[in-house]
Amino acid sequence: MKPSVRRLLDSEEFRGLVARRWRLSIALSSLLFLLYYGYIILIATRPGLLSRRLGDGATTLGIVLAAAVIVGAWALTAAYVVWANRYYDPEAARLRARLQGD
Amino acid sequence: MQTTLGSPTLSAIVSFLVIVALTLAVTWWAARKTRSTSDFYAANRSVSPLQNGLALAGDYMSAASFLGITGLVALRGYDGMIYATGWLVGWPALMFLVAEPLRNLGKYTFADVVAFRLRQVPVRIAAAFGGILTLLFYVLAQMVGAGNLITLMFGLSYEWAVIGVGVVMLAYVLFGGMLATTWVQIIKAILLLSGVTVLTALVLARYHFSPGELYAAVASRYGQAALEPGGLVTDPVDAVSLGLALMFGLLGLPHILMRFYTVPDARAARTSVLYATGFIGYFYLIIPVVGFGASALVGREIIRNVDAGGNMAAPLVAELLGGTPFLGFIAAVAFATILAVVAGLTLAGASALSHDIFTHAIRKGNASEEEQIRVARLATVAFGVLAVILGILFKGQNVAFMVGLAFAVAASANFPALLLSIVWRRFNTAGAVAAIATGSTLSVALIVLSPTVWVDLLHYAAPIFPLRNPAIISMPAGFLAGILASLVKPEPEAEARFHDEKLRTYLGVGAE
Repeated sequence: MKPSVRRLLDSEEFRGLVARRWRLSIALSSLLFLLYYGYIILIATRPGLLSRRLGDGATTLGIVLAAAVIVGAWALTAAYVVWANRYYDPEAARLRARLQGD
Repeated sequence: MQTTLGSPTLSAIVSFLVIVALTLAVTWWAARKTRSTSDFYAANRSVSPLQNGLALAGDYMSAASFLGITGLVALRGYDGMIYATGWLVGWPALMFLVAEPLRNLGKYTFADVVAFRLRQVPVRIAAAFGGILTLLFYVLAQMVGAGNLITLMFGLSYEWAVIGVGVVMLAYVLFGGMLATTWVQIIKAILLLSGVTVLTALVLARYHFSPGELYAAVASRYGQAALEPGGLVTDPVDAVSLGLALMFGLLGLPHILMRFYTVPDARAARTSVLYATGFIGYFYLIIPVVGFGASALVGREIIRNVDAGGNMAAPLVAELLGGTPFLGFIAAVAFATILAVVAGLTLAGASALSHDIFTHAIRKGNASEEEQIRVARLATVAFGVLAVILGILFKGQNVAFMVGLAFAVAASANFPALLLSIVWRRFNTAGAVAAIATGSTLSVALIVLSPTVWVDLLHYAAPIFPLRNPAIISMPAGFLAGILASLVKPEPEAEARFHDEKLRTYLGVGAE
């Protein structure tokens, strides 16, 4: 391995970038777990809650929650993409450029 | 209500011929651009994020989910909605855990990533085994479903339907490779999304575009219970186990993972997941409306009389609201959906056979471009013919559980090997082989002993394994086997190469 590559891989910036990427991944995955498995466990343990009607209509809380799981899952994906486009990509490009500079 | 379902109408035949002609024209165009292995397996990495997002959605939204979930909602109400949510939640997980590293590390198959720093021959064979097993279960369910659906909709005989699907999809893959397959998926995704959108609008138009009014109509006809959780989710452990298989199975489906190599870089891979999640989320958000519309407007009795499983709910409501021409269009779209999904599975199966087994395990990476392309085409025919034979052999069998099995194997064998190879320095050849062997054997064995097969199909009194889906046991077991085997048989060379791999995983240096 070239010494410049070694230096980069050991650098605080590279390690920090990788650590931040996985910290965010794990945080968003945990939210996804909470959202989906929370919903499933709620159905299994508290079906009465999901059967509750909203106002005078027939629409149940369960219908709203099912839609919220789908929209929420998409929103989590979008949050990751925004972070990666705004923060991760420029940072990775900067580190790559440093490698070519040597 | 009178229905023309089951007899070929002019509009169904015309819509069907237009779709087949269009996709074959695309194949002819793609065939002229398909020369190298990179063209055949990865469309020369020229697909845009929006195109790949549509193609991913096309690969994922099967006829089973379009017709099956509408039917489930029509006959069982809210329980169908619970099922629909499970099909979306794998996509964010795919984004957070594997999409970008997969794009940076691999070339044509997910085995490229697992084998990146490990010993090629054993890892390629294990990964190809896990991948092909997943694809075979998946394609078997698709083929049997295709035969039944086409018989129901067009009145064609089961065998001719299966052979017809086999011949047309082979034409796409064989001549047009990944480029044709991608465009077939894009066309199918657009047709399916617009067809379901029109159907949803037609249903809601009957209720002043107010979903609340639709739900009230369902409740007044079938009681408030239609909008409440029923019997689908009662045991939380079983429900979470199915949820795990659906979520993480996506991260081990070879035909989905393969799509990430068709885009130019990791950023495009990331954007394509966002598009795909949007299209698929929209799809699962609106198909319950079609299902509820079918039960309120067509009625459960009529739906059940046409097909006991409810699969014809969407075509029936399409006929009621849009007449025979719209039914013809929806039937043709369902057919295009089957063709596209089977084509994607066949291309993935062929690449595992030719790229992983032939080029890397048998030829140790020394095969000329011409030879690789020739073997890839032979493998395409082999996989396609096998799919047709399996479809005919399993005629009349209940194979709905096969999709669950495919997801369980993918989540328990392919996903642990893929994730560990990306994140864990000490993961090695022994670990990869152990993870795939354990995950796949355990998920197949446990599903055979589960109520799904042991009681429902083999008619024994009590199951040996209590859960309907084994993922909650078999997926952790796959991870555990991978970790233990790696620790027991350390591989210093693989550990030493992890540094190089990181440069490529996180910065894309040296990516294909």
